[in-house]
Amino acid sequence: MSDANGPVESGGSAEETPSAAASAEATGKTEPAGAAAGGRRVRVVLVDDHRMFRTGVQAEIGQTERTGVEVVGEAADVDQAVTVITATRPEVVLLDVHLPGGGGVEVLRRCAPLMADAEQPVRFLALSVSDAAEDVIGVIRGGARGYVTKTITGTDLVDSVFRVQDGDAVFSPRLAGFVLDAFASTDAPPVDEDLDRLTQREREVLRLIARGYAYKEIAKQLFISVKTVESHVSAVLRKLQLSNRHELTRWATARRLV
Amino acid sequence: MSRAAGRVNIDGMPEAAALPLDDPRPPRKLYRSSDGRWLGGVARGLAGHLGLPVVWVRLVFVGLFMADGLGALLYAAFWFFVPLGVGGVGAQRPPAFVSTETAPDGRRRLVARKPDKGQILALLLMVVVALVFVGNVNLGGGATAYLWPTVLVGAGVALVWRQADNARRARWMEVGRRRRRTLTLLRSAVGVLLVTAGVTGIFVLQGSAAHLGSVLQAALAVLVGIALLAGPYLVRMTQDLSEERLMRIRAQERAEVAAHVHDSVLHTLTLIQRSADNGNEVRRLARAQERDLRAWLYKPEGTGKDEADEPDTLAEAVRRHAAEVEDKHGVPIEVVVVGDCPLDEGLTAQMQAAREAMVNAAKYGGEGGAVQVYAEVEGRTVFVSVRDRGPGFDLDAIPVDRMGVRESIIGRMERNGGTARLRAVPDGGTEVELEMERAEKTS
Repeated sequence: MSDANGPVESGGSAEETPSAAASAEATGKTEPAGAAAGGRRVRVVLVDDHRMFRTGVQAEIGQTERTGVEVVGEAADVDQAVTVITATRPEVVLLDVHLPGGGGVEVLRRCAPLMADAEQPVRFLALSVSDAAEDVIGVIRGGARGYVTKTITGTDLVDSVFRVQDGDAVFSPRLAGFVLDAFASTDAPPVDEDLDRLTQREREVLRLIARGYAYKEIAKQLFISVKTVESHVSAVLRKLQLSNRHELTRWATARRLV
Repeated sequence: MSRAAGRVNIDGMPEAAALPLDDPRPPRKLYRSSDGRWLGGVARGLAGHLGLPVVWVRLVFVGLFMADGLGALLYAAFWFFVPLGVGGVGAQRPPAFVSTETAPDGRRRLVARKPDKGQILALLLMVVVALVFVGNVNLGGGATAYLWPTVLVGAGVALVWRQADNARRARWMEVGRRRRRTLTLLRSAVGVLLVTAGVTGIFVLQGSAAHLGSVLQAALAVLVGIALLAGPYLVRMTQDLSEERLMRIRAQERAEVAAHVHDSVLHTLTLIQRSADNGNEVRRLARAQERDLRAWLYKPEGTGKDEADEPDTLAEAVRRHAAEVEDKHGVPIEVVVVGDCPLDEGLTAQMQAAREAMVNAAKYGGEGGAVQVYAEVEGRTVFVSVRDRGPGFDLDAIPVDRMGVRESIIGRMERNGGTARLRAVPDGGTEVELEMERAEKTS
């Protein structure tokens, strides 16, 4: 689910349909995964320079029996991370933004071939305590599929990991806010109409994420399916990664006094 | 004197100054005064040092100047050797630039000041005195002829030196005053021209005008030679100096970080250990400290604003209210702000209503997790939403005599020309949406 600090939206919610969950390759599942994920498994590598934090995450989500998450490796700096990721080929990497040796962006840069792998791509989810827009937008533009703050609960983190495994994007309210700022309407003419502007629908979805809505709630609010919400978010992510507007970060960073 | 700005400890009590109080009796050193000076600030500095009225010192200099120009020499020597500083007497003290440190040598910083008319007057006066001097002086023989070129040279040197003073002074000012670049260059160029003209004049008077061309060539050759010899050394020296300055700035920054961490973070950690068995208190302390540290780390201006200041933009106001409610009720409030604008009367009312909504959300919906606040400025419209994940409530079910929500949120918004909507979110919780049009720009 999209909300880093929101409700516990685990498998216990009203509309549990295990049949849908059973098809492992179905992307864009309508339920959050988790304990009741029909035995789904995901292999994860933790990259963070704080051992205490790694231990905490490991304790919270690493009990494979309960969560379906299997932590197959850990790393504390850029070089280690690249080595471990290349060796273990996990499905999802939880990546800290601030790392010794060049930061999360450097890991993303050096793992680019693994990300682009058609067979079994390695996907990244950024995890950070940072409030700086350039950090957050930097890792997304570097190829991460989402960004959550470290205050996220274990259950929500597990959900986010499964979402990323499915190839969906995970936006925390804060990231949504940064993106809205970055794509704010300006006088500058867009270089590429398709990439430099958000559609009205995408803007609405982002706004609701920033207001703390979970994907399911957004779907209800806008009378669309969760799948549609996810595809909107993925489209925003794509624009964020591919847009050539160099001012993206600058706009997000500067206080936009309207 | 200078207190570390922008810090408030956890209980909201202003901290004691983080710096040791200034030494009550700093050693008296002689500086040239940089404010209220006429020429080089020598007289004012001396007066300040000796505790005399500045007029006396000036008169003494003028008198000595009449004595075969001794005053001029003396003045020049002082100007050359005495460092520019702050002080002197009778100057209207500009309000001290509030900074977190005093300059390394104990001088205070200045705020930028307009050039005063007195300086122009003073320069005119000096020209008059110089003319009188030229008229009176009797160096005998043809020496009188050399006077004018010498005066020219002196004027040029004075111009350039003053410029150097100004450059040094500007460094203490708030950085980023770049608009006077051209003026600076112009002044230096005029000074150089004056000196050149003076020197050339002397040559011409000596009757070596015929050789002027070759003399100039020779001088140029010498200059180029010196530049070749000393150039690399000078370049390296300036590089070293700027590097050293950078290191010093870095060290200062580090010291500031250390002071902040030392003061507030360690303090909080101590409190947390002390109240380890009180979960709510620990959470509240940790949140407050986290917020404080974040504000301090990610604010562009570094140290953040003083908590006592009234916020003057929307984003600041939203964050401030959220922080206060969070502290008071112990429920985490996540704030996302998109865009920003200055506050006006209507928006201030909206902020009050938003605060009320946050208090309600924290009080009645805090069990469901964090309260999410979203504020957005889009064109002329300012939108704020406050959402909780509590049990939700029904506005119609509230007795009419309970005026809380009706008055302080809905009523307040409508009186100020905005709208407020309360609604139950399908999956539980309540959301308050506040909309307000901004006042038209008056500027």
